[in-house]
Amino acid sequence: MAITEADRPILELPVGERTVRQPLGVFTRPTATTGWRSWLSTIDHKKIGILYGATSLFFFFIGGMEALLIRAQLAQPDGQVLSAEAYNQAFTMHGTTMVFLVVMPLAAAFANYLIPLQIGARDVAFPRLNALSYWTFLFGGIVLNSSWFLGGAPDNGWFNYAPNSGLSYSPGHGIDFWNMGLLIAGIASLVGAINLITTCLNMRAPGMTLMRMPVFTWMSLVTQFLLLFAIPVLTVAQFLLMFDRLFGANFFNVEAGADPLLWQHLFWIFGHPEVYIMILPAFGIISEILPVFSRKPIFGYPFMVFSGIAIGFMGWGVWAHHMFVSGIGPVSVAAFSLSTMFIAVPTGVKIFNWVGTLWGGKLKLTVPMAFAIALVAQFTIGGVSGVSHAVSPSDTQQTDTYYIVAHFHYVLFGGALFGMVGGLYFWWPKIFGHHLRERLGWWHFWLMVLGFNLTFFPMHILGLQGMPRRTASYNADMGWDVWNAVSTVGSFLIGVSFLFFAYNILTSRKNPKAVADPWDGRSLEWATTSPPPVHNFDEIPTVSHLDEWWHRKYQEDDNHKLVRVENVALFASEAGPDEPVHLPSPSYWPFVLSLGLPFIAWGLLYSYWLAAFGGVLVLAAIYGWSLEPSVDPAGAHHDDDHHVGPQGEPVAVSADAAPDAGAAAEEITE
Amino acid sequence: MTTSTTTEHVGAAHPTTAPGHVTSTGLSNEKLSMWLFLGSECLLFGGLISTFLLYRNVDVELAVGDLYDIPFTSVSSFVLLMSSLTMVLAVSAIKRGNGRQTRTWLLTTALLGASFVAGQVYEFTVFYREGLGYTTNVQSSAFYTLTGFHGVHVSIGIIMLLSMFVLSLKGRIGPERHEALEIVGLYWHFVDVVWIVIFTIVYLIR
Repeated sequence: MAITEADRPILELPVGERTVRQPLGVFTRPTATTGWRSWLSTIDHKKIGILYGATSLFFFFIGGMEALLIRAQLAQPDGQVLSAEAYNQAFTMHGTTMVFLVVMPLAAAFANYLIPLQIGARDVAFPRLNALSYWTFLFGGIVLNSSWFLGGAPDNGWFNYAPNSGLSYSPGHGIDFWNMGLLIAGIASLVGAINLITTCLNMRAPGMTLMRMPVFTWMSLVTQFLLLFAIPVLTVAQFLLMFDRLFGANFFNVEAGADPLLWQHLFWIFGHPEVYIMILPAFGIISEILPVFSRKPIFGYPFMVFSGIAIGFMGWGVWAHHMFVSGIGPVSVAAFSLSTMFIAVPTGVKIFNWVGTLWGGKLKLTVPMAFAIALVAQFTIGGVSGVSHAVSPSDTQQTDTYYIVAHFHYVLFGGALFGMVGGLYFWWPKIFGHHLRERLGWWHFWLMVLGFNLTFFPMHILGLQGMPRRTASYNADMGWDVWNAVSTVGSFLIGVSFLFFAYNILTSRKNPKAVADPWDGRSLEWATTSPPPVHNFDEIPTVSHLDEWWHRKYQEDDNHKLVRVENVALFASEAGPDEPVHLPSPSYWPFVLSLGLPFIAWGLLYSYWLAAFGGVLVLAAIYGWSLEPSVDPAGAHHDDDHHVGPQGEPVAVSADAAPDAGAAAEEITE
Repeated sequence: MTTSTTTEHVGAAHPTTAPGHVTSTGLSNEKLSMWLFLGSECLLFGGLISTFLLYRNVDVELAVGDLYDIPFTSVSSFVLLMSSLTMVLAVSAIKRGNGRQTRTWLLTTALLGASFVAGQVYEFTVFYREGLGYTTNVQSSAFYTLTGFHGVHVSIGIIMLLSMFVLSLKGRIGPERHEALEIVGLYWHFVDVVWIVIFTIVYLIR
């Protein structure tokens, strides 16, 4: 990324120079904004957000099927559904898929879609890099899942401990697929982090100071910083493992004197911030939902922001609590016990602030509100069991039992996923212009809450009874059969609840159209049409308050009573902007660049010729990308830039007819 | 992006940075993103250096520390450090609008960088002939990986410098686009600073 990022501005055409339409003679720079091709070349943050969301829901289906296989196997003692080998693959792929291909990209979907809207921008800072993030994530997921068809999936757990991951214990290619797939997906996270941080810091509307940014945007910003610093550590670990497996290096070769704890440290230095990478976006989402349906501003906004930042910092100092039984010594254990207890403080601050937001509010129970409240309740349970892990003697008993499984599902499923599903219900009308049906939503919600708690609460008991994780079967005389059966019933209830969800979203197009501001929202995304126009806002809003949109809708009258202002104008209209808005043109190159990466990965395993082909594709894409006629920062418009005309339709604006530098002011850095 | 109102609220951008764009921080998107990328790179090298530190004292038959040629590596380190000076001179030249000097210093920087990489290749070859291959022991794996990653970074920097050279030759970057060169410079200085850390930790402190 260094190359493309640093080269791009250099190769941007200087002022006034004419551009060519086919710089490498391959593609004409695409201009289509409709049809399937537009999805391959789109650089619109809203479309990319939708792509992210749809893809992660698809992977959620795969990961969910793997979970149901695991539960089917464990429903009774001596389960015969899966062989031990298949069981290992199922739980490894379930964990890896849910973490890297569901929760993280679903958070990226919300961040992509919402951050520019919430800060009053027309797009992210680097729209083409944004597309690159999505495609590398998709192809990383494809490489990982291609293992099912190429000799077996990885079977070493999502944490992939050494030396079990070495060639002598894992001779198949499964581990390599895990390694390469996640390396490619890591590029997506890193590029996305750089892009979204730049967007949050640099692209804010006039008056949108940092302390006026909505909490969701804030939490996403913290998340992106965590990704920026955590991903390279995982990358190092994965490179070392790759060199061990492919080129005979000795990083995890115990016979040569290597220390297998190196992997654990590197992995968890990434892995613990990763926990917050998954949960903070959900915290942000419910911090948007709760105030809207409590009809109160978020309680203690600065505390919300700073506790999020505090979690971001402290998240780096607790990783070894994943390693209490690995023999790291009493001083380390004591230190990490303490730091782990401390991190409960900012998290507790958030819980109390959400309760404070609800307190005394005019509560309106809608489906998104229900999901948000469920997050607060279930995350608290998961948080409490988490504190019990911070106590290292207790953790020593719980390590590698189902108690741990119960804990992290309460925070990641009961927390992160509930928040994100709530977010889907909340922003669905904004994103697609149609509501989801409340009645189906309630069915989904109650079945999911019931199924979730039936599945995972008994695991606390099973864990304390000593049932180990990651074992394919158990004996009937262990006394674990009842709770395992309950848990399996619960998991299938979760499956049924998502059938309601799938039916709801698949039929949502027939529902009546949503208005721009269906929930009486507070932040700027509700101040534009549903769905927003391609340029987001006809005129960039000038911000003077936290909850700017709310302050425009409600003002105090002479008696200090809050009254609704009549006919508050949206920042976008059906008619479109008065003056053409300059938007960057779509591009195929992010797709082409990402397409090369899986070939490199497969090539390293099977034939260097394939890798060379992938490499050539990537190189060609970098050159094509760099030489692609791009938005000219000085305001000379090119015939390949498309504009949104007064009627909202794309219009071509020739260089002569282009508005002068004043109108060029509204450009987006590409 | 900017509007006339943005200017009121955020203040005018530095007149020579990315014309037509005013950002909330005043720093251009490109420069900010390069800083962020370099921040991320710190953790990458941090991980690799930690790995080397973990394995430097492992008892092995052929220790990498026995093979160092400190005077030779000192000279190549000096060469790399001098390339930071010439990089600064190149940025200074482009700001003054002196294309010819810009190209001279760019080429010098690239050549100094290339000499450093050549020195590294020579060093690797000598070590290999002494019997220290990549797979020989844990130390050699860690040493070659760390210094190799750095060498790849320098090489990418050289490609960037040569691209700038070609662009300057074609008259595509002048003083109004000096920021592009500054950003390449940021990367180049970063790679140099990382080498100072590596040289100190890997070669000097033993």
